Amino acid sequence: MKKSAFLGTLTAATFAAGFATAGTLEDVKAADELKCGVATGLAGFAAADAAGVWQGFDVAVCRAVAAAVLGDGTKVKFVPTTGKTRFTALASGEIDMLARNTTWTFSRDVDLKFEFVGVNYYDGQGFMVPKALGVSSAKELDGATVCIQTGTTTELNLADFFRSNNISYEPVPIETNAEAQAQYLAGACDVYTTDASGLASTRATFENPADHAVLPEIISKEPLGPLVRHGDNQWGDIVRWTLNALITAEELGVTSANVGKTGMEAGKNPEVNRLLGTEGDLGAMLGLDKDWAARAIAVGGNYGEIFEKNIGEKTAIGIARGLNASWTDGGLIYSAPFR
Amino acid sequence: MSALPDPHNQGFRLSQLIYDTRYRSMTIQIVAMFGILSFIGWLIGNTNANLAALGKPIEFGFLGDQAGYDINQRLLDYDSQDSHLRAAFLGLLNTLLLALLGCITATILGVIIGVLRLSKNWIVARLMTVYIEAFRNIPVLLWILIVFGIMIEVMPAPRDFRSGEASMMLFDTMAVTNRGIYIPEPLFSGGFSDFSLFGDSALRFDVSTNLLIFLAVLFGGIYGARKLKKRADTIQNETGVRPTTWWQQLLVIFLPTILVLWAMGFHLGYPALKGFNFAGGTYLRNSLIALWIALSLYTAAFIAESVRAGIQAISKGQSEAAHALGISPGRTMNLVILPQALRIIIPPMISQWLNLTKNTSLAIAVGYMDLTGTLMGITLNQTGREMETLLIGMAIYLGLSLLISAAMNWYNNSVKLVER
Amino acid sequence: MPDFSYVRSEMLPEKAPPKSEVGIYGWLRTNLFSSVTNSILTVVALYFVVSLLRGVLPWAFSPTWGAESLSDCRGILHELGREGHFAGACWGVIRERWTQLLFGFYPIEALWRPLVAFILLGVAMAPVLFTSVPKKLLWFSAVFPFLCFWLIWGGSIWFPLAIFAGLLLAGVAFILVTRYSGSTLVGVIATMLVPVLWWIFFTDPVSSAVHFVLPISLEQVESQNIGGFLLAVLIGLTGVTLSLPLGVILALGRQSDLPLLKYSCVAFIEFIRGVPLITLLFVASTLLNYFMPPGTNFDLVLRVMIMVTLFASAYMAEVIRGGLAALPTGQYEAADSLGLNYWTAQRLIIMPQALKISIPGIVSTFIGLFKDTTLVGIVGLFDPILLSTNIRADQAWNGVLWELYGFIGLVFFIFCFSMSRYSMYLERKLATGHR
Repeated sequence: MKKSAFLGTLTAATFAAGFATAGTLEDVKAADELKCGVATGLAGFAAADAAGVWQGFDVAVCRAVAAAVLGDGTKVKFVPTTGKTRFTALASGEIDMLARNTTWTFSRDVDLKFEFVGVNYYDGQGFMVPKALGVSSAKELDGATVCIQTGTTTELNLADFFRSNNISYEPVPIETNAEAQAQYLAGACDVYTTDASGLASTRATFENPADHAVLPEIISKEPLGPLVRHGDNQWGDIVRWTLNALITAEELGVTSANVGKTGMEAGKNPEVNRLLGTEGDLGAMLGLDKDWAARAIAVGGNYGEIFEKNIGEKTAIGIARGLNASWTDGGLIYSAPFR
Repeated sequence: MSALPDPHNQGFRLSQLIYDTRYRSMTIQIVAMFGILSFIGWLIGNTNANLAALGKPIEFGFLGDQAGYDINQRLLDYDSQDSHLRAAFLGLLNTLLLALLGCITATILGVIIGVLRLSKNWIVARLMTVYIEAFRNIPVLLWILIVFGIMIEVMPAPRDFRSGEASMMLFDTMAVTNRGIYIPEPLFSGGFSDFSLFGDSALRFDVSTNLLIFLAVLFGGIYGARKLKKRADTIQNETGVRPTTWWQQLLVIFLPTILVLWAMGFHLGYPALKGFNFAGGTYLRNSLIALWIALSLYTAAFIAESVRAGIQAISKGQSEAAHALGISPGRTMNLVILPQALRIIIPPMISQWLNLTKNTSLAIAVGYMDLTGTLMGITLNQTGREMETLLIGMAIYLGLSLLISAAMNWYNNSVKLVER
Repeated sequence: MPDFSYVRSEMLPEKAPPKSEVGIYGWLRTNLFSSVTNSILTVVALYFVVSLLRGVLPWAFSPTWGAESLSDCRGILHELGREGHFAGACWGVIRERWTQLLFGFYPIEALWRPLVAFILLGVAMAPVLFTSVPKKLLWFSAVFPFLCFWLIWGGSIWFPLAIFAGLLLAGVAFILVTRYSGSTLVGVIATMLVPVLWWIFFTDPVSSAVHFVLPISLEQVESQNIGGFLLAVLIGLTGVTLSLPLGVILALGRQSDLPLLKYSCVAFIEFIRGVPLITLLFVASTLLNYFMPPGTNFDLVLRVMIMVTLFASAYMAEVIRGGLAALPTGQYEAADSLGLNYWTAQRLIIMPQALKISIPGIVSTFIGLFKDTTLVGIVGLFDPILLSTNIRADQAWNGVLWELYGFIGLVFFIFCFSMSRYSMYLERKLATGHR
């Protein structure tokens, strides 16, 4: 019998004080479920649809890991986290991994004791203004009221930018994207600043997107990526190489449509074979089986497919690949080789 | 005579610890203390083990680090290079500001509404009932969001002032925008410079010498006027003729104050449209105003109910007696009913003030940078020190609550009827 | 004899009262325009009501029930010639998302479960709320929390029943041990030990074994999927039911003669009442796991429920203390003079009366708690307000605000208003006793 998820862990663990964590992989396998921290609702990256099913770019990473480890991309428990709760949720073991467009910074990596396994989205902080304002550069924003989403690195970048350019501004910190948007549209702030991807996804939902412009300045580097706790290297490797598998798959032309076939016919490209487990046994080194990467790719497609489906140019969010193109196309998305 | 054994000579038996009422309470207390202490010890031990495993033992050094973020509504000088402690201090001041403003308006509104609810005017009484029920039965967080939404969506944006769609109020001295309200600001062009308390530390506090001088002169004037009135009273008591002193009183209060203000170069700074925003004047942010209005209206509904209960508890004979003496209804309320009802009203009012103070922590929902927004918000997010920040934050709120209730209980005791 | 008399021999017919005192005119005069101040007040109030209705009603009457998105709404209103920001409400969002606002992401095919739980809740509450209902139903009230837990979260029915069995065992242990050892104290100790041992060592194997023989189970629902008003009601109810016994203990502790117990209770109550609920929720979401042995991990909903229960118990303790204080001293003295000991006096004389007096206070604590559940959105649980934010994150409904707030406010109002009316009815009914 599967124990009641609600009280089961309490009764089992609270009283058994010496209950040591055997390692995240064992825990995930034992629970038959991956607990993945996501945002509480950010269009294109993580949001529950009308049926309550989570969709988005970050969500797809969770599903890929679940498919690699448990063999089923639906065995994910999505834990919505806020800017405040996300790190404690990960540190306390409430979630096994965090995929919530989190910027990889020195202090988070070193001081907060987390391990960023890679970058799934290269972002930078930008500004959006109404075209009617007649502003063409962020340096003209002296005295402007700026809406920012709290709980991110955004407010620090903003303070640094305005300080270094010696211009004044007035910050309006806001908890959620939806609130910020309402304020921006009503003119309660002149500028809305967040990651450029967020700006694009926000602008896409406006009644008249053409009335608003994203300024050319990108004032920060925001490499966003999934992260895990320090100290469990095996688990970190699994998440890192699942992400790498998605990236490599795009590079090698392995898609969700052909992943079954390529694997079966034992293609000519040895790296594809190593990736899909028809040659060598990379999976065993991770503590998984041979087909782990094939399953991860099959569940939502390779990196490019995930991008196109959730936030790409054909979606309402409409983000161009840009920096996030594969390195073979001049972007920054690059994976260490599978060998 | 056979020797009956003396029951007290049996010596102490262990079972007495349980069955003897002399010892039982001691036993229970020791057992309880043991239980409580070991429970607390268990919690602390767990916490230490967990934090050690994460490699972040409790330490408060991060408070001295650079905060790195800006605060929009602030009462003192601050910039992003200041420390987290300074940011928390400013947040605390914002909390106090909101609590003070809210308590004052909630009390005034609450008393008025509580009285109006008992009005004989049918429509006014009904309207007040609807108001009270609506605010008491809908969560305050929702009210804050609704008022904030109205502020943002209904008030004109600064750009409307530029295009002429909206205009300033009260002879161009005040601007109501969806970013907040700009009102004229008192300024001194001369006089003395400000002096700074606590030097350069995180708690530094600039005090306007001019303002202190002004207040001192004002209170001195009021004191002088009272003296004059008292003398007039004495003269009236002795001679039966009251000297006319009203103009002397006014003179004593206003002449020195006006002179002092003039000497220090007092003038008002008016807000004016400049760049993206209004500049000059005192700026009350929309988040502050939304919180102020919503918390006042919400708490006023509860205060109104206790005011009503207090008034109704005063026996009807009191008002009938007042009417029989020919006192008008308004004066009956002011002179007879309310002073008596006040004793009943004050205790629930104190708890409403406490509630309001605690509810200021909801400021986080609309981006007002109070203690929850700075120390337990951005500082927590940036440093990842949830244990330390929450401990400090809770201690501050607790201290605030205890302080308010202590002050109010003292006041309550001082107005209490001396019982026979 | 002259045919006139100085004294009227028959009654004069009653004159109609002056026009100004009766009928609509009279009513208006006495109730609305009795004096100059009143007339001004009336006019101001009328103006306020009319302008409010004129603002809200045209907006609210808007034929957009069938709309699929906000742009749909704008289209419909545009065809009617209504333009602008406040042209009309977009009710389509309520039609499409009302189940989500009420139940969160609870699986649609399992919605009958919370509904059944809600109906059973009514049955379980009946003997507590209304005196006319047979007291035998109280047994059902005792089982109900476990049944409700099973209905909402699913899983095997034997697990909650096994936990309930622990409580039954506690009762049995108390009776048996007291009888055979002859000491109440030993009985009390046994009552505390037996269920804890049962819960730690036997609940799991026993419920698994029974489940193996007789599998009755519902599909599990993750607590992440529970949201909206369902979550609010669950948190509020748990908080109040669990805080009641805790509150009684704390209130008695606060009145105790034992200084150590007394000051521990005072410290706990004042601490909880002195800090905002939101900080306690932060503790639930970020710190509670740190207080537990390393490796412990439990659901955020459960953690929030624990903190909310602690929060409510401090307030409950004060309500019950008020009830205890309202009892005339004669009641205590009567109990003492009958030779009843502390616990018997509490059980038979003090508590039944004190609790009865406290019922209105308990109900208002519950109303307050129920409203405060909106704060759990700040720590990431999908309360109705956070759900409305989530709905607006959907492209189709981006920008819909007042419709959602209106709906949420209305549902809260219906819940809380009916409860406060019930509490007033009780207050009137109970007002006879202690004067």
